Amino acid sequence: MSVLVYTESEQGKFKKTAFEAASYAKAVADQMGTTVTAVTINANDTSELGNYGVDKVLNINNGDLNTFNANSYASSIEQAAKQEGSDVVIVSSSADSKYLAPILAIGLDAGFASNVVEAPSSTAPFTIKRTAFTNKAFNMTTIDTAVKVIGVSKNAFGLVESNGSATSEDFSPAIPAAGVAVESIDRATDKVTIADAEIVVSAGRGLKGPENWGMIEELADVLGAATACSKPVSDLGWRPHGEHVGQTGKPVASNLYIAIGISGAIQHLAGINASKVKVVINTDPEAPFFKAADYGIVGDAFEVVPTLIEKLKAFKAQNA
Amino acid sequence: MKILVCISHVPDTTSKINFTENDTKFDTNGVQFVINPNDEFGLTRAMWFKEKQAANVTVINVGGPETEPTLRKALAIGADAAIRVNTEAKDGFQVAKEIANVVKDGGYDLVIAGRESIDYNGGMVPGMIAALTNANFVTNCISLDVDGTSATAMREIDGGKETVSTSLPLVIGGQKGLVEESDLRIPNMRGIMMARQKPLSVVEPTNAAAETSSVKFEKPAPKGAVTLVDADNIDELINLLHNEAKVI
Repeated sequence: MSVLVYTESEQGKFKKTAFEAASYAKAVADQMGTTVTAVTINANDTSELGNYGVDKVLNINNGDLNTFNANSYASSIEQAAKQEGSDVVIVSSSADSKYLAPILAIGLDAGFASNVVEAPSSTAPFTIKRTAFTNKAFNMTTIDTAVKVIGVSKNAFGLVESNGSATSEDFSPAIPAAGVAVESIDRATDKVTIADAEIVVSAGRGLKGPENWGMIEELADVLGAATACSKPVSDLGWRPHGEHVGQTGKPVASNLYIAIGISGAIQHLAGINASKVKVVINTDPEAPFFKAADYGIVGDAFEVVPTLIEKLKAFKAQNA
Repeated sequence: MKILVCISHVPDTTSKINFTENDTKFDTNGVQFVINPNDEFGLTRAMWFKEKQAANVTVINVGGPETEPTLRKALAIGADAAIRVNTEAKDGFQVAKEIANVVKDGGYDLVIAGRESIDYNGGMVPGMIAALTNANFVTNCISLDVDGTSATAMREIDGGKETVSTSLPLVIGGQKGLVEESDLRIPNMRGIMMARQKPLSVVEPTNAAAETSSVKFEKPAPKGAVTLVDADNIDELINLLHNEAKVI
């Protein structure tokens, strides 16, 4: 019956990826001629979900679910899907949703496709388009089981607003033993995360040393961006590992990715090429990044970046 | 402690990605295959458990005979034994199911897989193995310690990291951080010689059915040339990002 979407929240507030997953669920529901049910866990205000095509919300409010646990969350969503008789379950590509999705798929005996970038091209057979080879190709895949779980890529399908409204009811699933207990969380709360950022400012060895990152952080501040770095920079200990983006680091799918002093090794490009617009600033016009970028400046970061910061401040003041 | 490390046999990152047979098959012509990087971090952490805690380490791959050199490389790095489940890998579920059967039969305490493979990037095999074997599961794992049957792990979360406690049996989705890049081992001649003597057993599949089917591949549309902006004309860059790309 209805398409079920898990709309993830953090500290009670929905993430943008939740609205994106809801928009995707709405597209699938329209194709199948059915409605969208969202399941939320400890979210404060679920009325916003109606703006993205959700017809009904199942609210789970349970203190045992205050910290994320893949097993308990997967089981809660599974129980919601079974109650709704849902044949299609949609999740986002956040770290937590990617963690729970395979467990959910096994629980529902569902075929699972992740990194999905477009609405199904057909619902019988159920055919989706997903990225493969770390964004170097797409794979058209059919999901052949009765129940299907779909992980939607970040910033690919996009947000689709609709002017509906969602009814809401409480849902109280049985919570299984957690198995994994959170001891502590170390999260920088004052910074934009790479996962959620619309803009990412990333720098590499061209910056010559960790003492020169002040201008990178300032540029990120002006743009409301997250900061990131190349692998050598994190291997050298100039920046924390959590900032490393690329094939073995974090994936980036932002609207704008600015690479400063990064040559553009294939492993780096593989991790960031899902970003929509790429800007490169590098002294070496032969740097491979220029082939992957949309806009480029051949120049010295130590001259270009301070000017860029100054001009962007003026631009922001004008467009505020 | 019995450890099973899942080894995905993947094209090297620098490989050209092309398709054959009407874009239905990956073109392996001229492609060098390697141990999936995320798996290699896990294998190297398993070597630490072998050396410090006398763990026994087996590596496993689901695939045809062409994947054996990759398993031999894992043996040369130091694994004690290898298992190849003799069937073509069709989707994440089928691979997870075959591995889960080996886990149950072999009584493994700890299964370490990469958080995802760099070819299909499904990110589903470790979680599915955990669910199929009723084991605890930590993915995006950047540190792991085991003491008796208790384990402490760290995982990367969006915007930070989280420390968790759990217990064996446990499945890990590993990545860089489990060990550092500089800890990775290049097999030496002695390791390569010894690997030839180590058992590589070929087991027949249980014929777990795939739940998804690949229909065809597509390559992204070719990207246009970069628009170069003069370093003395930053206003132009801001103008382009605002009016043309509409991202600021």
